[in-house]
Amino acid sequence: MTEAYVQEKPAEVLKPPVTSVGIIGWVRSNLFSSWFNSFMTLLVIYLLWIIVPPLIRWAFIDSLWLSTGAECQQSDGACWSIIPANIRFIIFGFYPYDQQWRPLVAMVLLIGLLFYSRDRNHWKKSLLYAWLIGLVVMGLLMKGGLFGLSAVETTKWGGLPLTLTLSVFGLTAAYPLGIAFALGRRSKMPAIKMISILYIELIRGVPLISLLFMSSVVFPLFLPEGVTINKIIRAQVAIILFTAAYIAEVVRGGLQAIPRGQYEAADSIGLSYYLTMRLVILPQALKIVIPPSVQQLISAFKDTSLVVIIALFDVLRTTQTVLSDPKWMGFSPEAYIFVALIYFLCCFFMSNYSRRLERELETGL
Amino acid sequence: MVTQKSEIAESALADDAIIEIIEMHKWYGDFHVLQDINLTVKRKERIVICGPSGSGKSTLIRCINRLEEHQRGKIIVDGIELTNDLKNIEKIRAEVGMVFQHFNLFPHLTIVENLTLGPIWVRKIPKKEAEEIAMQNLEKVHIAEQAQKFPGQLSGGQQQRVAIARSLCMSPKIMLFDEPTSALDPEMIKEVLDAMIELAQEGMTMIVVSHEMGFAKSVAHRVLFMDYGQIVEGNTPEAFFENPQHERTKLFLSQILH
Repeated sequence: MTEAYVQEKPAEVLKPPVTSVGIIGWVRSNLFSSWFNSFMTLLVIYLLWIIVPPLIRWAFIDSLWLSTGAECQQSDGACWSIIPANIRFIIFGFYPYDQQWRPLVAMVLLIGLLFYSRDRNHWKKSLLYAWLIGLVVMGLLMKGGLFGLSAVETTKWGGLPLTLTLSVFGLTAAYPLGIAFALGRRSKMPAIKMISILYIELIRGVPLISLLFMSSVVFPLFLPEGVTINKIIRAQVAIILFTAAYIAEVVRGGLQAIPRGQYEAADSIGLSYYLTMRLVILPQALKIVIPPSVQQLISAFKDTSLVVIIALFDVLRTTQTVLSDPKWMGFSPEAYIFVALIYFLCCFFMSNYSRRLERELETGL
Repeated sequence: MVTQKSEIAESALADDAIIEIIEMHKWYGDFHVLQDINLTVKRKERIVICGPSGSGKSTLIRCINRLEEHQRGKIIVDGIELTNDLKNIEKIRAEVGMVFQHFNLFPHLTIVENLTLGPIWVRKIPKKEAEEIAMQNLEKVHIAEQAQKFPGQLSGGQQQRVAIARSLCMSPKIMLFDEPTSALDPEMIKEVLDAMIELAQEGMTMIVVSHEMGFAKSVAHRVLFMDYGQIVEGNTPEAFFENPQHERTKLFLSQILH
């Protein structure tokens, strides 16, 4: 027989049980909870002991920061002097020495605009104009030939400005193009669908290096005689086309995650295809694919260093050039650490921003 | 349980038909999902469609605003025949509101943004005015205080009332309801039905796919029973429930009314 039950008084709310307290409790439960964990802890402490002190000694205590190459050869420590001594060549490449303030101002302008655009409250029409004006000013600064600025051939462009140009324009142009191809691949119109599939599969099927070679070697053969297209622009286009194919597939993943009901709801209030995509589907789909998109953009950013194979001097190539100078030979770890730091800062900025964007767009679903 | 019929202002039905469906057929591949549908809906008429699952009732109302395409016959909504012409379709969709089983609110927009999307972009109403309309309609479904929240923060019943308000913001001439209470917890069904009853009192033309027989009895002018893609029987609620004619209707009613 079932016994009737009626609660007489509500259960008390209690604090969770405390199993360990204080630092010792934490150490015991996390570092020495079993003999195997104790062994691993001791091993890691030993490895750190033999690696970290010499590293600090090399990098900071015995290191030279502002010396000549010859002094460096005598020392055991890191030769950071290679960076300040060659910084202008690493950053600006073969850009005329006395004109290097121009790419510097252009870069500061670009980075300033990027930072200002971080805040979504600033995304207004005026920002678009600021970018348009900024781009013209940057182009003018780099190329010169007007307002008393001497003209600088694009073959002289190099270093960090080149890396930033290739990546910033590469990524901003590739993203919308990728979205277009993703929508195209899901289109009901057979021709558009076929073209999109063909494009995505073809481009994804070849390495970026081969695209860069084609843009630099094969493509000019098809141009009529006398017509030349700037090498940087050709590399830029190759990077855009390549990245767009990958972005397209990332975005398509997001589009597939949107339930049919969203399309139907948009249809039922009479939104056109364009408005449905712009106002309902893409904002949701793109939010879902922020992590893989940023992944893709970071990887594309680093891939811009492949332009060295068509003899463009990006920041990695200028660094290598410095290393081939007999005065500074043998200090490649220091130089590469510096370049790695530049790449890391840019990538960290991107991933940091993407996490912030995800937080801001969180709507509780 | 639900409001008595007498409480709903009984306006005389106008004679003009707002929806005409003539010898309409639809197939999904080889499957003949709607067979020879003939239905005339008068202005201000309220119709409840019931029937077993898979009987084609949802498909039928989805054909009325062309979420589904029919292959034969004619559907004329408010004087416009539904064809492949995109402009016609968008025009009709703006006039026909639809409420879905799973609400289908836009999760990335606040409640008030959900409501103003159509008016601003389809009707080209200025934002401020659209927001006023949105607030009026939210008040109508008693949910104005949630205007700044996101759909994910609302209960199912609240979301469905927002969905009703979203349709109303387009000032539709017809409202279609596709099993509006089927996905709700029992304690939330009443608040949604109440909102629909208020709408009925204002004289909205409504077609409701639902198994809420109490709602059908008190609100509908006509109840239709569908089975195997056909309209099997249609009658006033009194006659339909007291004295069903067709064997399949009798069987169905015996299964749902205990």
